[in-house]
Amino acid sequence: MGLGRMLRRGALTLGALAAFGFAFSALRATPALAQQGQPIRIGAVLSVTGPASFLGDPEDKTLRLYVNRINQAGGINGRPIQLIVYDDGGDANRARTFATRLVEDDRVVAMVGGTTTGTTMAMRPVFEDARIPFISLAGGIEIIDPVSPFTFKTPHTDRMACEKIFADIRARGLSRVALISGTDGFGQSMRAQCQRVAQAAGITIVADEQYGPRDSDMTPQLTRIRNTQGVEAVVNPGFGQGPAIVTRGYAQLGIRLPLYQSHGVASAQFIELATAAAAEGVRLPAAALLVAEQLPQNDPQRQVLIDYKTAFEREFNQPVSTFGGHAYDGLMILADAIRRANSTDGTRLRDAIRATRGFVGTGGVVNMSATDHMGLDLSAFRMVEIRGGRFVLIGN
Amino acid sequence: MRLSPRWQFPFRARWATLLILAAVIGTIPWFFPSGFYFRVAALVWVTALAAVGLQVLMGQAGQVSLGHAGFVGIGAYAMALGPKYLGLDVLLCLPLGAIVAAAVAFVVGRPILRLKGHYLAVATLGFGMLVTMVLVSEVGITGGPDGIRVPRAELFGWRIRGGETFYWIAGVALLVGVWIALNLQDSPSGRALAALHDSEVAARTVGIDVAAHKLRAFVIAAVYGAVAGGLLALMNGFVTPDAAGFLASIEYVTMVVIGGLASVPGAVVGAALLVLLPQTLTFLHEYEQAVLGVLIMLFMIFLRAGIVPGLAALLRRKAA
Amino acid sequence: MLAELLQFLVSGLTVGAVYALVALGFTLIYNASDVVNFAQGEFVMLGGMVTVFAVAAGIALPLAAALAILVAVAVGLLLHRLAIEPARGASAVTLIIITIGASIFLRGVAQIVFDKRFHQLPAFSGSDPILLAGAAILPQSFWVLGGALLVFLGLFVFLEKTLLGKAVLATAANRLAARLVGVDTSFVLALSFGLSAAIGAFAGILITPITLTSFDVGTLLALKGFAAAMLGGMGSPLGAVVGGLLLGVLESFAAGTISSAYKDAVAFIVILAVLFAMPQGLFGRRSVERV
Repeated sequence: MGLGRMLRRGALTLGALAAFGFAFSALRATPALAQQGQPIRIGAVLSVTGPASFLGDPEDKTLRLYVNRINQAGGINGRPIQLIVYDDGGDANRARTFATRLVEDDRVVAMVGGTTTGTTMAMRPVFEDARIPFISLAGGIEIIDPVSPFTFKTPHTDRMACEKIFADIRARGLSRVALISGTDGFGQSMRAQCQRVAQAAGITIVADEQYGPRDSDMTPQLTRIRNTQGVEAVVNPGFGQGPAIVTRGYAQLGIRLPLYQSHGVASAQFIELATAAAAEGVRLPAAALLVAEQLPQNDPQRQVLIDYKTAFEREFNQPVSTFGGHAYDGLMILADAIRRANSTDGTRLRDAIRATRGFVGTGGVVNMSATDHMGLDLSAFRMVEIRGGRFVLIGN
Repeated sequence: MRLSPRWQFPFRARWATLLILAAVIGTIPWFFPSGFYFRVAALVWVTALAAVGLQVLMGQAGQVSLGHAGFVGIGAYAMALGPKYLGLDVLLCLPLGAIVAAAVAFVVGRPILRLKGHYLAVATLGFGMLVTMVLVSEVGITGGPDGIRVPRAELFGWRIRGGETFYWIAGVALLVGVWIALNLQDSPSGRALAALHDSEVAARTVGIDVAAHKLRAFVIAAVYGAVAGGLLALMNGFVTPDAAGFLASIEYVTMVVIGGLASVPGAVVGAALLVLLPQTLTFLHEYEQAVLGVLIMLFMIFLRAGIVPGLAALLRRKAA
Repeated sequence: MLAELLQFLVSGLTVGAVYALVALGFTLIYNASDVVNFAQGEFVMLGGMVTVFAVAAGIALPLAAALAILVAVAVGLLLHRLAIEPARGASAVTLIIITIGASIFLRGVAQIVFDKRFHQLPAFSGSDPILLAGAAILPQSFWVLGGALLVFLGLFVFLEKTLLGKAVLATAANRLAARLVGVDTSFVLALSFGLSAAIGAFAGILITPITLTSFDVGTLLALKGFAAAMLGGMGSPLGAVVGGLLLGVLESFAAGTISSAYKDAVAFIVILAVLFAMPQGLFGRRSVERV
């Protein structure tokens, strides 16, 4: 092949790359000036598609819905919010790239997002380096423990879920537990936390089975658990459709032991997927969102929960999940902080988020501090039981 | 054996390709409006490095692999596990990952490469899945599906960080990688590989040690993958099992084929396309995936030999 | 102990029957074109999702199922007409990448047309398990196994007893020779796409009451179906069936007796072992490279 031809080929390559460069530039909006009336840019990188879309999709819907509502009500301090959402498909590498794009290119003042612990941990350094507040919607305890200066999170940790479940098992006078966990990030992270806190909670883990997040039949694993000597209760850390199939298999095999699901299934959709008959008697720790109407009238969360639930279900015609609720909490905590700080400077905003006290969200009452970047305690978790196809609040 | 035209002026063609690539890497930062572009471009170079490795295996030796990301994963996790468990400097783990990947490829390749075509595809697929499964299941060691942190590298007290730094590191790595791949293509061994690609039986009858050459290509591809994975891990400061996943493997294959199976620069163009498309299509929101799928189909229908050979043929026809 | 093994066996056969149907789809298209159709899993998704949405819209289940199969067949024929036919003469690997593009496209469209949530379908004849020698078996498992058996028999009769079927077999054996004796191989390929889509959709309808469905169930099924087809021997319909059932049973026994975390690894190691001993799979033809 001649040199000329090679050069032509190279010129093509260069041209193609340049074309992409220009396509980018055309899409890029000019950086916002921090002026009155100028939009406040808030970024979100969510797993709207991919294996965690069960979480990411309601988060995406919630953010769009409430940003619209805030803007219709006149924005924050007279400035509208401009929300920029990217879908990472659940992939940490892609999340990292979008995070860089939000910081360097879109010049957002804060970020609400990070659907999974994996994507959150991959994005965290970007926001820490840029000194921009990052409110994650993922459960993993390592996100905020140890505390990183600019990273916060709204959901309860999976360690809290394990503690809540184990406390309930102990209250029933039981102690020997079988785990059946999904091999996705959620399931593995919670499984590890349950193993870690088991001893302190007086629980012995006697069986430890796993299933792939896309598996279609868990009866082999459940048969093994059924045949394990001395199992008194079964805990299923996992999210998505896996726990529904586990619950169906549990009923199919006629296992009579108490079954505990995690906060990863906290949506009425779980009952629909698992069928009400199979899900009867299943317990799970969840944010109060699932049982909003059953809360006493004087419960501080009641009104917030009912409002969010009504708004979401009317807009999207599908049951709420606590995951959308985490996004609501993140956005509202941020909006509140911007209002109080009256600034979009990263450090001031961070300080304002840290100063959040008595914020009533869907996940609980949030009290942040310099050493607690989540601000929730175990009381935010309620133990609910599925009875007759509904979530029923049981004694706290 | 027919002599294809690309061997007529191997020396000049090779240097022209490198020169152009170097020019692209050297000049495009002038057009970058923000730091984000350094990140994306660095990602293109690193991904391209992995794709070029696969091109050596697929395009030059004619052996398909649906497990290439497995080696990328080995390289990437070496960067996290080496410092954590062996106390090694993270930069030392880059060659270490490459050596581990090469060793694994050597051991696995021997039996696997006896299989042909789709059977080889399913065997490599199985290998990739095994790697992912270990990374996902051994939570105590690898951090599980949520991934693990990679320490920041330091060189003589200077912390390697920032999109621009990684842009140049990745760019130089890709240049070296392409240079080696082009040399391979035009070396006697490369011609043996090409013969292998055309017909294994014919290659064997003219005295080529088929098994040894296949294994060599497999090991070389693994080293490319591992180095790319290592650089990716260093850039991200974090790695999850997705890096080794089946979908990533499929993506590398798509890059090589869409760019032009027979062309080293094709792998670079294919990688650029598949890394840049998701970034440019974000404005489509929920239509992004559908459009991405259509684009892949269109490219393959209209440039069926791949982008680089396809466009070159078009230009040739116009010039004639 | 016996009850336990029976439980694993039925679980494995049920899942394996779906793998087998997907593998059959692969085989039909492969025989007509050397193409591995990576969009095969999307046909399964279409079968399940269209049925779910049609039932939700108030259409009776049998009609909804028929509609789902029609939609899948239409998509399969369009895929052939608009994406495969225009690239006729391209290398197999080019065509395979086209099917990968098609699979991304179909998933992308499905998440817009339907949604991104999981959906369930009521079991055809109740979900009270049937107790058999101590094992609890879902009635739906019998539907899946019976349905799969019906497809296998139907396909066998079609391929062996009809002229059209013989044309398909002739195309699979030698495309050039088939063309020479007057077989319209392009029509055979279109037919294969339509038939594969129908089989895939059928599998999706049968299995959804057990496994649930969503817009992206296809990827994993395509992967498993591909592995099953290879285990059985690419190009052999009998191999596809045996490979699929074997893969399902392997996974189930591995999960129940060895390690649930590494059950897929166990299955793949067995596949590799089989391929090392029999490089053409269990029932594959010994192909001789023509120089």
